[in-house]
Amino acid sequence: MGASGIIGGLVDGSGKSNMAERLAFLAGVFLVPVLLYPLFSDVDTHATTNVAVLIAAGLCVGVGTRLANGCTSGHGVCGISRLSLRGIVATVFYIMAGGLTVVLFRHLLGVI
Amino acid sequence: MSRSLLALLAGGLFGAGLFISGMTDTTKVQGWLDVFGNWDPTLAFVMGGAIIPMAIAWLLTNGRKPIVGGEFPKPPEPKLGRNLVLGSVLFGVGWGLAGLCPGPAVASLSYGGWPHWVFFAAMIAGMALAPLARAQLDSAVPAE
Repeated sequence: MGASGIIGGLVDGSGKSNMAERLAFLAGVFLVPVLLYPLFSDVDTHATTNVAVLIAAGLCVGVGTRLANGCTSGHGVCGISRLSLRGIVATVFYIMAGGLTVVLFRHLLGVI
Repeated sequence: MSRSLLALLAGGLFGAGLFISGMTDTTKVQGWLDVFGNWDPTLAFVMGGAIIPMAIAWLLTNGRKPIVGGEFPKPPEPKLGRNLVLGSVLFGVGWGLAGLCPGPAVASLSYGGWPHWVFFAAMIAGMALAPLARAQLDSAVPAE
C-alpha cells in the first residue's frame, strides 16, 4: 500500500500480479521531480557522502520495511489514517529508533 | 481510465508532494528526528497533512468499490509481533542514519546525486534479502 510495499513486491516477486501498476506508480514518483526541479532554486538534499553510512542505512531501510510490512507511507500515512494498531505501533517504533539513531550518530559519535 | 494510468498519476502526485515538502532533504528529515537536539518540527505537518486527507479517503471507501476494479485494501489483522517491531526499529535506524525513507529515496534519484543511488541500491538489496532474514528469524525463534 505504501512505497516500500510497492517497491518490495517488485524486488521479491510477491507483486507479480500487478507489476505494471507498481512500475507506473514508481515512474510517476521518479519523473515528476524531474519536471519540477528546474522550477525551483536551491534544491539540495544534503545527503551524506559517507558510502559506509549510505549502504548501512539502505540495507536497514530495505530489510526493516519489508520485515515490518511498511514504511512512512504505508504504516504512517495509510495505517494511522484508518487507526490501524499495527500502523501506530510501527510508527512509534521507527520514529523512536530514528530519534535515538540521530542522537547517537550525530551528537555522541559525530558521524552524520 | 486504466489502472496503470491512474497509478502513474497517483505516483506523480506523491512525488510532487515529497519534492515540494522537503521530505527528500536529508538534513530536514534528520532535524525532525532530532527530538533531543535542535528539533525541527516542520515535517510533522507533512505527515499530519498527509494523514488527514487519507483519513477522509478511507471514509469515502466505506461500502464502495474502486471505479477501476479490484478491491480497496482491507484493514490488516491487528496482530502485533516481533517482525513488526524489529523491522520498524531497523527501518528507523536506517532512516535516521541517511535521512531517507523509501518514497523520498525514489523521488530524489534524479536530482540528489550519486549518494542517493548508493542508498537506493542498498535498499533494493535489503529488500531482496528480507525474505531470507524473515526465514532465519522464524527458524531461530518461532513467533507470531
